[in-house]
Amino acid sequence: MKASWWKTFLVSTLLWAGVNLAQAADPIKIGSFLTVTGPASFLGDPELKTLQMYVEEINAKGGVKGRKIELIHYDTGGDAKDAVSFVKRLIKSDKVDLLIGGTTTGDTMAVVPDVEKEGIPFISLAGAVEIIEPVKKWAFKTPHTDRMAAAKIFTDLRKRGLSKIALITGDGGFDKSGRTQILKLAPEYGMTLVADESYGNKDTDMTAQLAKIRAAGAEAIINFGLGQAPAIVTKNIKQLGITLPVYQSHGVASKTFIDLAGDAAEGIRLPAAALVVAEQLPDTDPQKPVLLAYKTKYEAKHGPVSTFGGHAYDGLLIAVAALERAGSADKTKVRDAIEQTKGLIGTAGVFNMTPEDHMGLNVDAFKLLEVHNGAWRIVE
Amino acid sequence: MPELLLQFLVTGITVGSLYALVGLGFALIYNASDVVNFAQGEFVMLGAMTAIALLNAGMPLLLAAIIATSLTVLVGLLLERFAIEPAAGASVVTTIIITIGAAIFLRGVALLLWGKDFHALPPFSGEAPIRLGGATVLPQSLWVLGVTVALVLLVRVFLNRTLLGKALLACSFNRTAAQAVGINVKAMLRLAYGLSAGLGALAGILIAPITFSSYEAGVMLGLKGFSAAIVGGIGNPMGAVAGGLLLGVLEALGAGLVSSGYKDAIAFLFVLMVLFFEPTGLFGHKAAERV
Repeated sequence: MKASWWKTFLVSTLLWAGVNLAQAADPIKIGSFLTVTGPASFLGDPELKTLQMYVEEINAKGGVKGRKIELIHYDTGGDAKDAVSFVKRLIKSDKVDLLIGGTTTGDTMAVVPDVEKEGIPFISLAGAVEIIEPVKKWAFKTPHTDRMAAAKIFTDLRKRGLSKIALITGDGGFDKSGRTQILKLAPEYGMTLVADESYGNKDTDMTAQLAKIRAAGAEAIINFGLGQAPAIVTKNIKQLGITLPVYQSHGVASKTFIDLAGDAAEGIRLPAAALVVAEQLPDTDPQKPVLLAYKTKYEAKHGPVSTFGGHAYDGLLIAVAALERAGSADKTKVRDAIEQTKGLIGTAGVFNMTPEDHMGLNVDAFKLLEVHNGAWRIVE
Repeated sequence: MPELLLQFLVTGITVGSLYALVGLGFALIYNASDVVNFAQGEFVMLGAMTAIALLNAGMPLLLAAIIATSLTVLVGLLLERFAIEPAAGASVVTTIIITIGAAIFLRGVALLLWGKDFHALPPFSGEAPIRLGGATVLPQSLWVLGVTVALVLLVRVFLNRTLLGKALLACSFNRTAAQAVGINVKAMLRLAYGLSAGLGALAGILIAPITFSSYEAGVMLGLKGFSAAIVGGIGNPMGAVAGGLLLGVLEALGAGLVSSGYKDAIAFLFVLMVLFFEPTGLFGHKAAERV
């Protein structure tokens, strides 16, 4: 009897050790849900490509603390309902250790309740400030907020001594959230809004709205939008012979915008991440090597880089750094480690997170760019 | 204010002529087969995207436009031959669903070929706006207007003055009777698809410098063109043109005078009102049963 007790003890000890060994070699599972198809696909597509590219690179280098990373991805198609069910699946059946995703603010905000309830570290790649304000225990984000964009534009307007602004925005989530922030911040910067027009994101002509703006006596025009519509607005402004300074948002900070708008884009200003002008940064800028490395790697495989893919790069970078500092994939430890991110140089800027700030970027992370001879140029 | 109003009208007519061109394509196929071809918007997209691709490959604009239009016509004919014709005896609803499937398929192919980015075509003759009283108009808008007028006149002459056109119209009035008098209904159907595809492609090439194009640009244009065809009385080509212009002007006036947020609502309210009080459209022939 006594002998068999010993045997049981031995076997179970061995089993336990075996299980532990297996666990050490188990991959760290990162769940992602992005909008790879649908209207916001130009955001989600480079994000997914970036994640896949860097997960592969990290694994080739031996993974995180000897554990490989496994990326489990679902495409939400921009549908918040799908985002919720995919996140439930990622947490409950795929049993991921942390989440990176939520291309749009809609997708992100829809999954926050589940993320908070289950208690899983979550790094969002969406823009709106409401994701981190008020602070949610488990939710972080990497892109600049629309409030920072508004602040950057207003600072420049004040420098130029302009205060009467006309606003024209699309009907998407990004546009509306940007409009809200502009309306909220305008009094703080002494700006008066003389016109507030909107358009449908698939409209093909905005001259009617712009003719109204022309008659309203504005000193500058701000357009907050995504996709092709801001390029049409830009062309229509030129068509109507309006010569006011025009500001766009960081939503169109890509070469595509200049290509589409053509000559009409000359002189347009907008706030954008430094990635767009990586080559033009002074060599002393600590961000420059990070940006160029990402840009070169991405462009070698997938063509022109966009700031959106950069957000995914930053998210993965923050997650991996936190996993390394936490020493395990324990959810609470990883969350705490993400919150302690300090001086981490990403594509969007230098991240310094605190318990009050789950993004960790300041307004300096945005550069003010101007279109000059068909290319971006930094104005400061 | 009169200046502003003039600008709204100019805007409306430009946008309206786009809708008119797309609407015309809907009307032609409906005429020949009683089917609403929901791939019409995709013809517009294909024309624009092919022309852009050929231009980027180094072809001169005119040649690129001609080849792009011919290729789209070919796609239209293939669609008719391999998707519509095999379902010859099927009900109208089934055929419409086939066209929806074809539209999704064409969008998918375009997505694979050209990616998700928007692409632009350079304007045919410069970008310097032309002043018209207090309003301004782009040279490209004049191209759109001019070619729309020319195409509409051509289609009209074709339908009313040529034997082939009259045969096509005959199919729309009574298919069985048309067949009985020796009209090749099958050939007419092919003709209608080829013609609509060509019109769509031309529309796409004309508007690409103004609105840009992407793999899903056809969805919205198709919807607006369909509304134009309905307002004008579906099956009446000239009605579709009038409907398109009306819709465009209403949208522009709505955006300018009321609120830009309600612009689409105003246009679609108008469509609903027309269907409510004139179910056959403003210019549709009354479908009275003769006893």
